[in-house]
Amino acid sequence: MSAAAEERSARTPWALTAPALMLFVGVLLIPLAMTVMLSFHDWGQYKGIEPVFILKNWHEIATDPYYAEMFWRTFRIAILTTLLTALLGAPEAYILNRMSGRWKSFFLLVILGPLLISVVARTLGWALLFGGNNGLVNKLLMSLGAIRSPIPFMFTETGMVVALAHVMMPFMVLSVWAALQRLDPQIENAAMSLGAGPVTIIRRIIMPQIMPGVLSGAIIVFSLSASAFATPAIIGGRRLKVAATLAYDEFLNTLNWPLGAAVATLLLVALVLIVVGSNALIERRYAEVFR
Amino acid sequence: MAYLELDRVAKQFGAQTVVDDFSLSVGKGEFISFLGPSGCGKTTTLQMIAGFLDPTRGAIRLEGKDLTAIHPAKRGLGIVFQSYALFPHMTAAENVAFGLEMRGVPRTERAERVRAALAMVGLAGYEDRHPRRMSGGQQQRVALARALVIKPSVLLLDEPLSNLDAKLREEMQIELRQIQRTIGTTTILVTHDQNEAMSLSDRIVVMSQGKIEQIGTPQETYERPASAFVSQFLGKTNDFAGTIDRTVVPTQLVAGSWRAPAPAGLGGPVTVSVRPERIGFGDTGLSAKIITRIFQGNHWLFQCDSECGPAIVIRQNDGKAQPAEGDAVRLTWRPEDMSVRARGGA
Repeated sequence: MSAAAEERSARTPWALTAPALMLFVGVLLIPLAMTVMLSFHDWGQYKGIEPVFILKNWHEIATDPYYAEMFWRTFRIAILTTLLTALLGAPEAYILNRMSGRWKSFFLLVILGPLLISVVARTLGWALLFGGNNGLVNKLLMSLGAIRSPIPFMFTETGMVVALAHVMMPFMVLSVWAALQRLDPQIENAAMSLGAGPVTIIRRIIMPQIMPGVLSGAIIVFSLSASAFATPAIIGGRRLKVAATLAYDEFLNTLNWPLGAAVATLLLVALVLIVVGSNALIERRYAEVFR
Repeated sequence: MAYLELDRVAKQFGAQTVVDDFSLSVGKGEFISFLGPSGCGKTTTLQMIAGFLDPTRGAIRLEGKDLTAIHPAKRGLGIVFQSYALFPHMTAAENVAFGLEMRGVPRTERAERVRAALAMVGLAGYEDRHPRRMSGGQQQRVALARALVIKPSVLLLDEPLSNLDAKLREEMQIELRQIQRTIGTTTILVTHDQNEAMSLSDRIVVMSQGKIEQIGTPQETYERPASAFVSQFLGKTNDFAGTIDRTVVPTQLVAGSWRAPAPAGLGGPVTVSVRPERIGFGDTGLSAKIITRIFQGNHWLFQCDSECGPAIVIRQNDGKAQPAEGDAVRLTWRPEDMSVRARGGA
């Protein structure tokens, strides 16, 4: 091959990926960079946005406990949602995996259901079920004797966690499901033949092998819950804000775009750090299972 | 006295009978193979002994006790699976130790027995390796050590060598036989490979479509196959259509221009089955023409077109001249080298 041809073939992958790359740069990287830039600009009630470089917005976020509270709430809700989906989703996936063919596909559809419905419609559905002290959920729980007085769901973190967990469940179930597919179909029989009971099999054999699936599901659920907008906006209302609704309000209600941009940037950076960090930890810890 | 006994065991899945009327008694220390094509019910039978499936009918007894009443976790059988089913999150030593741990063997004794078991399968020094970092053959050895370390009453092997390449499989066969002879564990091997069954077992159970075709030593099943299926499945064979000629005295068995005194108790149309290595070229016998001649090192393989249909002949390479392709030859064999079965009805 001549040098020119070699050079041409080296350029081919770049040429072929150029359209997608340009789209990626145009609609993601440039707006992202602009948002980061915006967070350093000044803003005033009467002067609007001033394209200067100051740390005013970042200083405000760092010092005003209002913002700290908002971010802690965001991550608290995301962590609780993640725990709830893991506790319910992992057994759900395991049971689903043991079902026979027709039931398996039916229940898989039930689990994937939330993804097929618009997030707004689904959350409004939860709002109807929660609605005040006479909501369906409270009536049911009380008639079952699970609780004595109604739990406030609307405009509370509890309600947000429940509604978010429902939305996020498919991601956890699918992730654990994928890990279960990698299991040797005879592995439970092997453990049983060596004298292990059902509890030991799940604790010692199944759990360690699906843990990577649970953890990668947890990363997806955590980052989606922490950046969720529609569910916190509807269930939490304007009173119980999280980082995403806070940024929205700064942009569209206060019109303080630079402050909103700073909130959005901080949320993004925090999420990236958490996700990349935990992913690295998981990969190191479960190197043998991932292999 | 039978050690392990299967008494008219049957398994049905819905309307489909997978194993039917399976009776076998296994002596202590015996090495038995279940041999048959896939779907013949051999693995199902093994799983019923292991307890992963319950028999629809019949009884399985170990030392006179009903085995089906015991939970699979309490049966104390050692099982090696086709996929090995090792625990990938545990090291080789942890895998082997698992069964001992479940039995509450104290830590120090456990460590000693694990080391001994791994050494027995030739994996001393591999204690801390994870299964996914081991080769197929090594994984297989770990699986064997894991099954043997609990001192099982019966060792069940479910096609354990089928995932290994040919050379390794041969080595493992020899090793498996040696280990089994040394520790004397009663062993049942499920396989579809007749060479494996013949080189390893004391007795072979040949199965087809859920039924036992023949139970016998490797020599018996090879030399005196009880059915056409057995003779076809255990190595190559030639089936010639023949008849018993009662018009002459003494009665004669005739296949083409080959004839011999007829065996007693048969009449009418018969099938004459002869192994390819028992056929020689002579001056009388079945006339045939050699179609292809293949040199395979220690032997020659001839494909012939005989008056009774296609025939395969294998001759040892003894350095003598062999007939060439296209030559007309006469195929002959000794009467004791053939097996004769009634053709058609029975």
